[in-house]
Amino acid sequence: MSEGNLHLSERAARNLRKRHRAERRFRAYGMTAVALAMVTLVLLLGSILWRGWPGFFQHTVLLDVALDPEVIDPEGSRNPDRLAQADFLGLLKTSLREQFPEATSRRERRELTRIVSAGADLEIRRLVLESPGRIGERVGIEVLLSDDADLYFKGQLDPSEDGATGRLSSRQAGWLDSLEAEGRVENRFHTRFFQAGDSREPELAGIGGAAVGSLLTLAITLLLSFPVGVAAAVYLEEFAPKGRWTDFIEVNINNLAAVPSIVFGLLGLAVFLNFFGLPRSAPVVGGLVLSLMTLPTIIIASRSSIAAVPPSIREAALGVGASKHQVVLHHVLPLALPGILTGTIIGMSRALGETAPLLMIGMVAFIVDVPTGFTSPSTLLPVQVFLWADSPERAFVAKTSAAIVVLLTFLVAMNLAAVLLRSRFEQRW
Amino acid sequence: MLRQLLIPACLFGLLASPASARDQIRIVGSSTVFPFATATAEQFGRLGTFKTPVVESTGSGGGLKLFCAGVGLSHPDITNSSRRIKSSEVDLCASNGVDEIVEVKIGFDGIVLASSRKAAPVDLTLEQVFRALAKEIPVDGKLVPNPYTTWADIDASLPARKIEVLGPPPTSGTRDAFVELAMEGGAKAIPMLADLRKQDKKAFKAVAHSIREDGAYVEAGENDNLIVQKLEANPDAFGIFGFSFLDQNADKVQGAKVGGVSPTFEAIAAGDYSVSRSLYFYVKKAHVGVVPGVQEFVAEFTSEKAAGDDGYLADKGLIPLPEAQREKVREDSAGLAPLSL
Repeated sequence: MSEGNLHLSERAARNLRKRHRAERRFRAYGMTAVALAMVTLVLLLGSILWRGWPGFFQHTVLLDVALDPEVIDPEGSRNPDRLAQADFLGLLKTSLREQFPEATSRRERRELTRIVSAGADLEIRRLVLESPGRIGERVGIEVLLSDDADLYFKGQLDPSEDGATGRLSSRQAGWLDSLEAEGRVENRFHTRFFQAGDSREPELAGIGGAAVGSLLTLAITLLLSFPVGVAAAVYLEEFAPKGRWTDFIEVNINNLAAVPSIVFGLLGLAVFLNFFGLPRSAPVVGGLVLSLMTLPTIIIASRSSIAAVPPSIREAALGVGASKHQVVLHHVLPLALPGILTGTIIGMSRALGETAPLLMIGMVAFIVDVPTGFTSPSTLLPVQVFLWADSPERAFVAKTSAAIVVLLTFLVAMNLAAVLLRSRFEQRW
Repeated sequence: MLRQLLIPACLFGLLASPASARDQIRIVGSSTVFPFATATAEQFGRLGTFKTPVVESTGSGGGLKLFCAGVGLSHPDITNSSRRIKSSEVDLCASNGVDEIVEVKIGFDGIVLASSRKAAPVDLTLEQVFRALAKEIPVDGKLVPNPYTTWADIDASLPARKIEVLGPPPTSGTRDAFVELAMEGGAKAIPMLADLRKQDKKAFKAVAHSIREDGAYVEAGENDNLIVQKLEANPDAFGIFGFSFLDQNADKVQGAKVGGVSPTFEAIAAGDYSVSRSLYFYVKKAHVGVVPGVQEFVAEFTSEKAAGDDGYLADKGLIPLPEAQREKVREDSAGLAPLSL
């Protein structure tokens, strides 16, 4: 009696096919969404890496420089203070002119000097100060090429006939080509990029200063927001009497987590700079402001992971005679710690990427010296990205992307640490 | 017990650390002057006698506000400005005890209307610029909302390209200068508005300073590199930015002629290019001798090797003052002659 069975009827089969189609469609929507997100991510990361990769390399040129004692040390005193003041730029220019004697007019000589970095004379100075014994010798020194010459070798800048439409004249390009033909030009990994502070010359600029600034600022943030946040969470979860007041505080903490970060910057300006008179652009103030911003995140994460510790553990500890304080310190906190740390790391990585609140407290600034302490002026990684993105020099485009790569590496490392912590230590009940 | 004491102690220690004596110059102010001030600061620091000054880009108005907030080490020593200080700002300064300000003019900046090199070069007059961008323009003696959609609508000699101009937002000093120099200059060339200016200055300014909001003028943010990229992608569009960005990207974009003059280094320096402005910085005299190096920094900024014709600032796109004026600025600034408006 199969024709009588409702489930095997033609209508039921049609309905089933329809439902299966709907199911497949639904899954396809989800897969498209995931694919779209992945493609966007890959495009974003790809374009940053593609543009940033050349920023990690810099072309150098090997120059023969005669360390003329008449120029460096006419008195023969070998006094380092006097040596440091010598005209090293003059030595550099002489060396370039020996290489290219055909550059005679003032304009040509200026163009010739411009193919090497504005910091090239400092390389000679460093060599002389390190080994004064070599004064009088003819030494080969590898110096950085200027940003435009570097872009020329990277194929991002075309020379022009008259010099009016481009940054590099065909004459300069000719000199560069002949230097390369002599095997004097090298493309090297640019370690200076990781050590130096900011500079207006793209080939001299580095993210070292910004990275140290970020570290100092985050250290302050962590030092303040972690203990305060955890203490607040413990009190609210374990000790606070449930009532209207606790509800009120809870609502406020949740609201605080959603406040736009620029507001914290204004608060920092009004309270820390104007009222307490703390210095502008200092990592202390940056850390204070960012810890205000991360506190709610840490409190919320800590509360939920403390609340996830099963009451049976507390009761067992209380049952064997532990005090409330011992229960929290010996049992609840260690068990909740992986969750608390995860929340903290996520809060910190948010703080690492923040620029808006720092604008108000003067951390968006041009700072050459690598910061040495919590009150010395400094800038941060995302701020450095922001500043370079706005610079007119073409070579900063690659530097900007390279700085983003470094920032992203930090962020990924921090988030990875959070994931690892959770998967290693997390307890399931 | 220790743990309970430690946290408040840390907090207190941090907050109580005083804003101690400063041994480096602090500079705030205009984003247009920023590239030049930073280049000078770097060179100055490289000499090794003083620490490298810290330069913040706050905009001309914001910089003067910080500068005028008071005398003392928690306030900046120098502010950069892409316009002259206003008398209201001098008053604000004076009311906070900053009564001796030294004005130093460092050079010029041209504002360019640039387009992709792929587009045909154009020659605009200020009147055409005004007609293209004003919110309301006079037609038959009446102000009407701007009817033009292509450049050819304004003048048959111009290309039949859609009017699309990418420029800075109202918060920018470049926008202020563009409105004042180009838009007002163009409005003056129209007889009806010139009459209006004689009768009612305020009404004239309201007309001359309003930029259209129907999509022909696109506020592209403060990032001029972004405008350059967009111009490359869209050859029909024009962009408004400072000369230094044209100089750095001259292989990608070209500046439109204004009144028959190309925005070149020489033309702006000679004063032939009409949309150009002076750049200044202001020094707090009370800080000279208190913060080490202020006077030396002023000397470096005005020196021939920085602000001269072949100076390193010219490489960064600054257009130097004529030689006689440079010498006068150097003398005046060395004597720290205070400003009087």
